Amino acid sequence: MKIVVCVKQVPDTSEVRIDQKTGTMIREGVKSIINPDDLSGLEAALSIKDQNHAEVIALSMGPMQADSAMRECLAMGVDRAILVSDRVFAGADTWATSLLLSKAIAQINPDLIICGRQAIDGDTAQVGPQIAEHLSLPSVAYVGDITLENENNLVVKRTFENGYQLIRVKTPCLLTVLSEMNSPRYMRVGGIFSAFNDGLVEVWDNSNLNLQPEELGLKGSPTKVKKSYTKGVKTAGKVFDVEPKEAAKVIIEKLKESYIL
Amino acid sequence: MEFGFKKEHYLLRQMLQDFTEKEVAPLAAEIDELERFPIETVEKMKNVGILGIPFPKEYGGEGGDYLGYILAVEEISKACATTGVVLSGHTSLCCQPIYEFGTEEQKQKYLVPLAKGEKLGAFALTEPNAGTDASKQETIAIEDGDDYILNGSKIFITNAGYADVYIVMAMTDKSQGTRGITAFIVEGDTPGFSVGPKEKKMGIRGSSTCELIFEDVRVPKANILGKIGYGFKIAMKTLDGGRIGIAAQACGIAEGALNETVKYVKERKQFGRPLAAFQNTQFELATMATKVDAARMLLYRAAYKKDNKEPFSSEAAMAKLYASEVAMEVTNKAVQLHGGYGYSREYPVERMMRDAKITEIYEGTSEVQKMVISATLLK
Ligand SMILES: Cc1cc2nc3c(=O)[nH]c(=O)nc-3n(C[C@H](O)[C@H](O)[C@H](O)COP(=O)(O)OP(=O)(O)OC[C@H]3O[C@@H](n4cnc5c(N)ncnc54)[C@H](O)[C@@H]3O)c2cc1C
Repeated sequence: MKIVVCVKQVPDTSEVRIDQKTGTMIREGVKSIINPDDLSGLEAALSIKDQNHAEVIALSMGPMQADSAMRECLAMGVDRAILVSDRVFAGADTWATSLLLSKAIAQINPDLIICGRQAIDGDTAQVGPQIAEHLSLPSVAYVGDITLENENNLVVKRTFENGYQLIRVKTPCLLTVLSEMNSPRYMRVGGIFSAFNDGLVEVWDNSNLNLQPEELGLKGSPTKVKKSYTKGVKTAGKVFDVEPKEAAKVIIEKLKESYIL
Repeated sequence: MEFGFKKEHYLLRQMLQDFTEKEVAPLAAEIDELERFPIETVEKMKNVGILGIPFPKEYGGEGGDYLGYILAVEEISKACATTGVVLSGHTSLCCQPIYEFGTEEQKQKYLVPLAKGEKLGAFALTEPNAGTDASKQETIAIEDGDDYILNGSKIFITNAGYADVYIVMAMTDKSQGTRGITAFIVEGDTPGFSVGPKEKKMGIRGSSTCELIFEDVRVPKANILGKIGYGFKIAMKTLDGGRIGIAAQACGIAEGALNETVKYVKERKQFGRPLAAFQNTQFELATMATKVDAARMLLYRAAYKKDNKEPFSSEAAMAKLYASEVAMEVTNKAVQLHGGYGYSREYPVERMMRDAKITEIYEGTSEVQKMVISATLLK
């Protein structure tokens, strides 16, 4: 079984700083980490590999700086790490990114593609399902558990706020997974040393993918960011621990207080 | 940039910090309080390769280097000095001499499982009458056919009882003085070998420190490490490297105490201001941080020299001498800046101050380090 895990290097901050002029993120001075949902995707793939014959390939699109994230993947135990990186990719939105990743994945031809649900720097949750669309593959989002039924079938648990569905899905397919599904393994010490000494991060640029200029970067990105801003801090909410009848009264009162009623 | 670090060392440190925070720190207070050996942490260290960092993969190791091992002792000791010494006793005092002086068969038989972490190691030099003057070995080994028969006792042996493999120094020819001492690899389940009760200690209380008793312990000649009469040399060389491990433990303890103190002084308020607002606090912290950093530079330099096969004996002694003094001073100040809370077991700096003291004593007291350093100067 061949598994591709899509991995994004993201700034480690809950408070993303935005350049007010350009509307893009300021990355300088912020530590980079592997996106938490993606780490769980790696763990899910590697634990399939622990039990079965499988090849795990980490795939990332990003600047060359993401090389360090790819080394982390190698240190965790992936078999191959592919970084898709080219200046002409810069400025890609989720559409351009997913198109590009789908082209790369098509060349690898995996049985299973695992993406994190969403990246903490963008929070769109779009790239995974879009890749599946580009490749015309079935996809299940918000997966909290994966069971290999046999070579051709998976049973996955799609989680909701107040319940879950068990879905049988045929491979090849794409899943997006939640960081709550597992706790990612530690990198192994020997894995860290060999990731730098004899590990190889394969770098693919557009000559490998052959995307047309209009499909690339800002040109290939239909999303136009109008304005980015950091949300102001709200004051802490107030909890009224009361019976429903009483609660209705409180709500009406509060709405009147704010002149909404 | 840190002295001698390559990219892999930064990533290793990141992994070790993660490991320490999740697996080591939560147990630190409990194993100290209960004087309990952290057996489950040993298992976890094994699973991620921490017990064989500097050894080649063909000997069961992780293909790393001494600096990588030093980082592990340092990071782990920031949270728990007990776990730090379990690791350093195993790696630098047992695996390392087998790697450096062992035959190919000994490496296959002992180093491979030790470096994989399937077995734990210990080192036994000290005796009731042979402490700083380690040459006065009273444990005797007498030749008998294909074996040697060991009789005597060792004291204060780290990892005793939990270790499977012991490097034991014994006198094979008293008339030869230090050249009459031989190093043996002794398996923990050899008949006649036993472990005494656990020492009750001031610090590193989770670690096991015991007497070893040898009553007609038969050890095959194949288990002689190096050659007959080379034991003292092997012990001294082993301690040269081991000292870098203790310097790392000392740096870790000091850094841990400093971090705790920085956190505390921002929270604790007196006279309407956080303690951090007093200039005395700021100046104390500045001095502490400067000394900790100086100690770390000496530490990394010693490891760098060892990794690059340069003479490092004096540098290792300097690192250990200075780092252990800094650990004592910084933990003492950390308790002072915590006030009464620092004296209470509610806060970790109390344990850290008790743990720091041992770094000035074992693997050569501070006085011994000064002897080593001055001997290099005056030779
Ligand atoms: C917790 C713990 C763990 C240990 N683990 C191990 C272990 O795993 N393996 C092992 O072999 N040993 C171990 N040791 C033993 C340790 O290395 C010795 O305790 C240490 O070397 C000092 O020896 P001593 O205790 O006999 O002190 P002594 O040699 O009696 O020294 C007492 C004091 O006299 C000073 N002194 C002695 N000679 C001189 C001199 N010539 N000039 C100036 N000052 C001098 C010393 O510096 C010290 O201050 C451990 C000890 C402890 C407490």
